[in-house]
Amino acid sequence: MIPDQNLSYRSAFNLIIKRDLTIAFRHRDDIINPLLFFIIVVTLFPLGIGPESTTLSRIAPGIIWVAALLSTLLSLDRLFKSDHEDGSLEQMMLSPHPIFILVLAKIIAHWMVTGLPLIFIAPLLAVLLHLNENSYSALMLTLLLGTPILSLLGAIGVALTVGLKKGGVLLSLLVLPLYIPVLIFATSAIDTAAMNLPYSGQLAIIAALFFGSLTLAPFAVSAALKVSTN
Amino acid sequence: MLLANSLTTQPSKDLANNQVLLSANGLTCIREDRILFEALNFSVCSGDVIQVEGPNGAGKTSLLRILAGLSQPYDGTVLFREQNIAEQKDDFHQNLLYLGHLPGVKGEMTAQENLVFNLALHGNDCSKAEETLEKVNLLGFEDALASHLSAGQHRRISLARLWQSTAPIWILDEPFTAIDKHGVTQLEQLFLAHAQRGGCVILTTHQDLSFPEDKVKKITLDYRFY
Repeated sequence: MIPDQNLSYRSAFNLIIKRDLTIAFRHRDDIINPLLFFIIVVTLFPLGIGPESTTLSRIAPGIIWVAALLSTLLSLDRLFKSDHEDGSLEQMMLSPHPIFILVLAKIIAHWMVTGLPLIFIAPLLAVLLHLNENSYSALMLTLLLGTPILSLLGAIGVALTVGLKKGGVLLSLLVLPLYIPVLIFATSAIDTAAMNLPYSGQLAIIAALFFGSLTLAPFAVSAALKVSTN
Repeated sequence: MLLANSLTTQPSKDLANNQVLLSANGLTCIREDRILFEALNFSVCSGDVIQVEGPNGAGKTSLLRILAGLSQPYDGTVLFREQNIAEQKDDFHQNLLYLGHLPGVKGEMTAQENLVFNLALHGNDCSKAEETLEKVNLLGFEDALASHLSAGQHRRISLARLWQSTAPIWILDEPFTAIDKHGVTQLEQLFLAHAQRGGCVILTTHQDLSFPEDKVKKITLDYRFY
């Protein structure tokens, strides 16, 4: 019989995190591509619109958030696709560990590789866009709470489309509508902060979305993967 | 109703411990409007080596995936120790080792990292990974990235799990693909030893196993056009 300590939730969770981070750091495109995309999109706006600080600071929250959203969408494909193609996903489905733990670990690893670098680079890009100085903390907080939602909800879409040969467009259609509430409340929080008003309401809603998707998305992803690997 | 499928050999009598591990109960599988097999009944006892035979497209892989619980049959159930596998997933998965067409090896990780991950994922002891790699002739390649290794070596990394496995049920889809002659003999001996220990092996292969006739049972699936 298998000793129990080999099957603890934490060991399974750490195992997947360690593996996915190892793969990401050896295959650096996974980290660099979404980040580069984010930087390129944000830096192109001042060139296209012109350098007036009033216009730029008005649209800065929207630009940063839309770019973050699209760059996450771009990186989602990697979440399960390569595991599906080389058969490791099948092995995970057959592991004695509960599948939602493995899925949660994969999503968190994905966020650490794609979401976290965005949060670090965002304040620098905000300077380029003349973001109002009162808005920086709101920008950081919304990104910190919001980017994990993008990974969690996106994972549901990827899990549903992983078996398809060309699921790219379908994935965007499935996932983008789910991202819209996050986008609305995040940009609204940053705008409110610029006017020196309290933005805790919007932040609370994003936090609610975060905890809701953190607890429910892994189960939805597990169910979707079962259908996709059938 | 057994139309196209039949068990071609009788159960071997030389093993006393004929405990039923896995049984298929009226399995029907339909793919692309074609019935692959219908009302298939058989049971797998400890000590059995079962070879699933049939032409390409006959449904061998579908049958193995259904037995492993990866696919759902159109009708029928798979029982593990007389209980439906869907109702005892964790327990069944602890007793199952399934290797599919794809080796499940990551090119970005070394041979040893791949093996350690695969072992840990299934709750096996991973402290002897290095010795296990030696058994599958990958000594000297422990720290080579898997993307630099050949298809046969990938297959060997994934098969290395067999040496450390504590699971009694082995379901192997074409385990000999890309494996050299010596490796095939080695694997056949491992299967026999596993069966003698009270495990069972269900495999598909187009090669003839070099086992004594009474040691291997065959399930033959015919290609059906309707």
